[in-house]
Amino acid sequence: MAKEVAIIGVGQSSFVRGYEGSIRELAFEAFREAMQDAGIANKDVDASIFCSAPEYDKQRSPAGVLAEYLGLIPQPTFYIETVCSSSSSGVKVGYSMIKAGLHDVVVVLGFQKMSEITSAESQERMGRGADIQWEAPFGTMMPAYYALYAQAYMAKNGLTHDDLMNVRVKSGTYGQTNDRAVFRKGVKPADFDPKNPDARMAAAVAWPLRVGDACANADGSSCIILANAEKAKAFSKKPVWILGIGAASEAVNMAARPDFAKGLSVGYGAAKQAYNMAGITAKDVKVAEVHDCFTIAEIMAYEGLGFAPMGDGKQLIREKTTYKEGRIPVNVDGGLLSKGHPIGATGGSQMRTIVLQLRGEAGPMQVPGDPDIGLVHNVGGVGLYGNVTIFGR
Amino acid sequence: MGFDKFGRKSFTGVTKTAKFVDLLAEGKIEGTVCKQCGAKYFPPRSDCAACLSKDMEWFEMPKKGTLETFTIAYYAPFGFEKDCPYTMGVADFSDNLKLFARLAGDIKPEDVKVGMNVSIRPLKYDDGQMSFEITKA
Repeated sequence: MAKEVAIIGVGQSSFVRGYEGSIRELAFEAFREAMQDAGIANKDVDASIFCSAPEYDKQRSPAGVLAEYLGLIPQPTFYIETVCSSSSSGVKVGYSMIKAGLHDVVVVLGFQKMSEITSAESQERMGRGADIQWEAPFGTMMPAYYALYAQAYMAKNGLTHDDLMNVRVKSGTYGQTNDRAVFRKGVKPADFDPKNPDARMAAAVAWPLRVGDACANADGSSCIILANAEKAKAFSKKPVWILGIGAASEAVNMAARPDFAKGLSVGYGAAKQAYNMAGITAKDVKVAEVHDCFTIAEIMAYEGLGFAPMGDGKQLIREKTTYKEGRIPVNVDGGLLSKGHPIGATGGSQMRTIVLQLRGEAGPMQVPGDPDIGLVHNVGGVGLYGNVTIFGR
Repeated sequence: MGFDKFGRKSFTGVTKTAKFVDLLAEGKIEGTVCKQCGAKYFPPRSDCAACLSKDMEWFEMPKKGTLETFTIAYYAPFGFEKDCPYTMGVADFSDNLKLFARLAGDIKPEDVKVGMNVSIRPLKYDDGQMSFEITKA
């Protein structure tokens, strides 16, 4: 395991509905926390990478604007986008820049102010989340795409609606303990019961997925500061090293997708690369953050990452294997389902959680047993992009 | 016809595959096949990613397939709300050919099953928009 590029600082804003400020101010929240965490000054940063999904931004070319606001000019800055996995992609690019010897310290800042546009505008963009030429004309939206996977998967593998509900129940258990999460209430089976008039999660959105199977939009920012080995040792008492990175892509159109019952191909592809690079297997991972934009996505991620055999992901939720005390704790910060999903900020938020876990600084979310290897699985679009990053002390 | 005529509502004005809409009007659902290497594409493409040829011709999609998966949309994006609920799915024709579309409105949601035999047919909406849909076999 090569220890060449480390994370020396992490930061995250609270994830909220309707942030009371501009994207510059939103970006500043995560940046300030990460810089204080790293204990470095702006002049120590060689380059910055900004990550978001541009369809929500009114500001064109936000990198230059935000770099100036954060005090990171005249250093080079640019923009990276892979929708929901933008900041994981940003970290991969930052890692590469450091590994190439071009820069010593790179800031990767993910942000999204989804409330920047009106809900009517947002609803209009929702329909254009994937293939606008050949699919959007049928009236597609994100939940419908994930529902296609859920339907095929449930038919083949015996996954039930109760299993999906229990992913959300787990998320609620931990979301309550995360002071940065947008959704901090516990979730109980009655919330999914269609016979219960107060059930807030039972209504069908895109069958078989219900309101409670989906994460919420949010505004938020995240910041990851990367450094080479020399700077990491100089600046940081507890550097967390990037041991493996994998990234994969897949056809946008559902007509070109392989077997839907097998889940997202990018999850498998990115995981294999990351494990190979880190020289570890799934068994070595002590704590993980996976991309649970929908409950079904968490189950599919278990399998893509090798935490469960293909088709058997349901057992992990049935046996509470992915709870904090289980064999492989997953999303013990509440995941996207409870934290909310500010597109460009999500990957960085997942990485922040894992860094805190490996440092033993995750507070009420800390998993027991002094975890030494952690993993982040971050998907863009409907499995259009997949990113897996492995971290160690 | 321009590609703005494709689907319930089109988001693409200009494409070299706009002939697809004319073919729909003639009652045909066609993909493209590369004349150089034989790679088949649906939805149609004007360029071949396998051999980088631009020499493509149209071929008619098979009619007999199975429904690989589906979803019933109870919420819709802007401009599609009046159609709710509607069912969308993926039909698999084997030979590496699949197709994504809505299911015909005359199929009751409770009758839709993964693995059921399906067919496809062109569809003309009242406002003149052209599309295609998955039907019961």
